Amino acid sequence: MTAPGLYALVGVALFCMSLHAVIVTESPLRKVLAVNVMSSGVFLVLVALARRAPGTLPDPVPHAMVITGIVVAVSATALAIVLINRLRADGEGL
Amino acid sequence: MTDAGFLLNLLLAALILWLGWVTLTTGSLFRAIVLYVAFGLSMGLAWTRLDAPDVALAEIAVGAGLTGALFLAAAGVVSRFGDDDE
Amino acid sequence: MSDGRAGTLRRLSHAALVLLITLIFVGLALTVIALPPDAAGLSDDVNTELARSGIRNPVSATLLDFRSYDTLLEIAVLLLAVVAIRSIRRGGLPTIRTGDEILAFFGRVLIPVMILIAGYLLMAGLDASGGAFQAGAILAAAGVLLILAGPGVPLRDEALPIRIGLAVGLCAFVAVGVAGMLVANAFLDYPQRGASDVMLLLEVGVTVSVALALVDMFVGVLRRRESGSTTRATDRKEQ
Repeated sequence: MTAPGLYALVGVALFCMSLHAVIVTESPLRKVLAVNVMSSGVFLVLVALARRAPGTLPDPVPHAMVITGIVVAVSATALAIVLINRLRADGEGL
Repeated sequence: MTDAGFLLNLLLAALILWLGWVTLTTGSLFRAIVLYVAFGLSMGLAWTRLDAPDVALAEIAVGAGLTGALFLAAAGVVSRFGDDDE
Repeated sequence: MSDGRAGTLRRLSHAALVLLITLIFVGLALTVIALPPDAAGLSDDVNTELARSGIRNPVSATLLDFRSYDTLLEIAVLLLAVVAIRSIRRGGLPTIRTGDEILAFFGRVLIPVMILIAGYLLMAGLDASGGAFQAGAILAAAGVLLILAGPGVPLRDEALPIRIGLAVGLCAFVAVGVAGMLVANAFLDYPQRGASDVMLLLEVGVTVSVALALVDMFVGVLRRRESGSTTRATDRKEQ
């Protein structure tokens, strides 16, 4: 097996593990954490597939997409945390 | 790809999977956050192994550093130091 | 329904979930393995166009030139998230006063180094690894460290310079885009000469906005003691 193939499989495994955790865990903060691990898995698949042509430079377009994705993921995380805080402050029993 | 390089890839892949698993399954929120930061740092290593240094820089600064700080703040670890009488 | 039956139902649905996710894993893994290994993707196109863009880092060229729409919209998403967080969050901003001497020492030592690294990443980003997002993230980390290790001044986020800084990245992108319509051929099209200068300008704006937006998000998720006291107790129990 090639190294990019290995990392792509790790990314798929991370995605599936976190999908399970997002559904099963009850704590909302842990759910957001699981979504972050999930996005790492997706990014790992993208970057690994950008590297899969042997002997050439990696494809920069997925790299740019992943950098964009990392920044968008942290914005979404912050927004989700603020929503959770607001629900707690309003006494929604979380 | 040399054998040593592939062995390193295997070890890193195992580390990432294990850190991801314990981040998702550990009982304590605080431990999950700290493990997530460690997970992000090992992801940074994976990016360099995949010849993506730009992504590695972004992941280590944003994914591991700032996301960890956001979660720690959300878990109330930071506000323990907060000054209330303003 | 009795507890026993509810428990059985729960275990059954969990088993079904695990089975479903295993199927998803197998399907995705087979797809990934079956992809042809010799597909070069878009790297050939990027490498031929890279010479015309005037910069040497293909990732920065993709972010700021070939796919600059993505980056414009990303900056817009960042600004939108900040606006949403400011509208949703409750209560005033806390004053952080850790009084931690080790943290204060690390702040004094690390913050100048972080600013230096951010500046290097910003300037080097066009030709080597680095770029606006990395520089902005490191500046934001320096800002978070400053808040934690700093002298404990009350946080204020309504100051006009902060608001301008938050918007400057998006404004720079839109201005460059409209100028591209007038000078060159299309929205976000750069003139052949001076394209790298335009991209450096965009990078500076994006760095400032990303740094301020990320610090703003950190400040936004800080919980006050009053609202957090009960939930913090449950967090402790969870440990």
